[in-house]
Amino acid sequence: MDNTNVLEVKDLAISFKTFEGKVQAVRGVNFELKKGETLAIVGESGSGKSVSTKAVNRLLPKKNSIIESGQILYEDKDLLTISDKEMQSIRGNDIAMIFQDPMTSLNPTMQVWRQIAEPIIAHQNVPAEKAKDKAIELMKLVGIKNPEQTHKHYPHQFSGGMRQRVMIAISLACEPKILIADEPTTALDVTIQAQILNLMNDLKHKMETSIIFITHDLGVVAQMADRVAVMYAGQIVEIGTADEIFYNPMHPYTWGLLASMPTLDIHQTDLYNIPGSPPNLLHPPKGDAFAPRNDYALAIDFEQEPEMFKVTDTHYAKTWLLHPDAPDVTPPAEVIRRKAKYEALFTSKKISSQVGGEAIGSRG
Amino acid sequence: MAAEVKEKNTIVEIHGYKKYFNEGKKNEVQAVKDVSFNIYEGETFGLVGESGSGKSTTGRSLIKLGDITGGQILYKGKDISKISGRKQLLDFRKSMQMIFQDPYASLNPRITVKDIVGGALKVHGLYKDSKKRTERVYELLEAVGLSKEFANRYPKEFSGGQCQRVGIARALAVEPDFIIADEAISALDVSIQAQVVNLLKDLKKENNLTYLFIAHDLSMVKYISDRIGVMNSGRMLEVAEADELYQAPLHPYTESLLSAIPTPDPENERTRVRTEYDPEYHNYKDLTKVGLHEIAPEHFIYCHEDEIELYQKKRERLMREGQKYA
Repeated sequence: MDNTNVLEVKDLAISFKTFEGKVQAVRGVNFELKKGETLAIVGESGSGKSVSTKAVNRLLPKKNSIIESGQILYEDKDLLTISDKEMQSIRGNDIAMIFQDPMTSLNPTMQVWRQIAEPIIAHQNVPAEKAKDKAIELMKLVGIKNPEQTHKHYPHQFSGGMRQRVMIAISLACEPKILIADEPTTALDVTIQAQILNLMNDLKHKMETSIIFITHDLGVVAQMADRVAVMYAGQIVEIGTADEIFYNPMHPYTWGLLASMPTLDIHQTDLYNIPGSPPNLLHPPKGDAFAPRNDYALAIDFEQEPEMFKVTDTHYAKTWLLHPDAPDVTPPAEVIRRKAKYEALFTSKKISSQVGGEAIGSRG
Repeated sequence: MAAEVKEKNTIVEIHGYKKYFNEGKKNEVQAVKDVSFNIYEGETFGLVGESGSGKSTTGRSLIKLGDITGGQILYKGKDISKISGRKQLLDFRKSMQMIFQDPYASLNPRITVKDIVGGALKVHGLYKDSKKRTERVYELLEAVGLSKEFANRYPKEFSGGQCQRVGIARALAVEPDFIIADEAISALDVSIQAQVVNLLKDLKKENNLTYLFIAHDLSMVKYISDRIGVMNSGRMLEVAEADELYQAPLHPYTESLLSAIPTPDPENERTRVRTEYDPEYHNYKDLTKVGLHEIAPEHFIYCHEDEIELYQKKRERLMREGQKYA
């Protein structure tokens, strides 16, 4: 992994027009994607994770979505301002997407090889016969058995896991620089999920693709991600390396997410839960959107939105708890256990860089 | 299964249960081939397996949605296939209720929450006075953590977690003894899953319920269940107490299933070894000596008689080594 950014999203804000008014689905999102890395975006339904990434590929409905502000920079171009034609040459070619439901996102009336060959024919101007060979090769690559025969099959003749492999083959057809995977394994069984995740990791190393991996499953994140962004109510509330997020989380929402996951530890007795439900983004609350559900909320949380506080060069969190004047709080037991594990890992030198625990300043 | 536990009361007994769809036709599907297990009163029995393993079919047969092909299902000592007529069926369903997977699809979108929850009371002729019935609906909504102002709203006005709470309130309305939760939390977000699971746990304590908890999320199943059954391609492959199963998963399928769960711990994930399961493993040619055998007290494995000793040794080793999947 080198340090060049292949994608930069700056101050992105997106709203949807509805009968009741404007829903502010994404409210100021900043992140960058480095070459060859996997950035996981986690959050609950409605947190804006899918909307932000659909904006990258310009797949939002024109009719009712409004880009309020922001830039999406890819190779010195702002993807939000280029023409539709230019976007078409990038979509599926440089930036490809894997969708959640392999049944509804494949064409049921088209043989699978044609669907895999479609982007190759469209972007690379290759004759159909050659594209067919490439499609069969891709099917082999993603582990579909006997592609010489099965390439003529229709989606319904494949199982869910195999269909998702077809989806991956389509997305890889043009060797994209960026792959956006929107909950690619949520509809699959755990054993099949493990196979697909392994496959994606292998392909990433082979092809040096950068991946944006959207999911709500923190287990999958731990397995896939180099860096993690946690989204809540249309904003990134914490971003950092996987180790920083899992072993030294700073935001109470991240604490809640980690503590509400059951572990396979046989001695676990009670499960933490985050009370209430996410805010209605028709009228986002004043101050910190998470405050009403936050056991650690300070008075200021209800008045003023916190800024992104810097923890380390790679780790930022949007919570007033990191302000120098904030009181000391004790995080949930599960988070303390994680921090201890991190210390232990660091002293045994399994992890190369230590995560600072202090707020160093703010990025404002 | 032998009657090895005398002090616990069995509420459900399933013996050699089979369920084939399109029986005898060309497109016959043997959804459940051979399943036997007991559920004790007051426990939560977790049923896990991948899609197509027959776990949901088992749950549906248990609540008598459709007839079974073979075997016997006893509920409170009575054969459920002998239940006939509206009166008997009503009594049966009053005692056993179900919570479904999709919180939106399982609630009638055209009637209010009051009618959804109250409907169950009406059907069973409970709380005939409409004012008292409304009171009871308010009580139930509050029991599942919803405010009584919600009673006049429609399902579409709720979030997924709230809808699932309405589904739970409906199941609780008739004061059942036994509840089948078929993937009741799978469609919900992580933070909401924890809320619903904690609610189910609390309700169980307050109302002396017994649960059959069907799911594919093994970490949640472990957290809520007392005992767990693992199913694959229509067979029960392993039954054990939850802690025992996670400490000493004996059947290779259980092992592969446990090793496939991603844990929220990057260091763990980096060092994890995953095992794959070859379904040929339990394709025994001669089925005469094959069945659920007890390896240790309360720990059953689907295997050939000759394999029992092997599994016993494996168990001893795993118990000595301590926990593998933490």
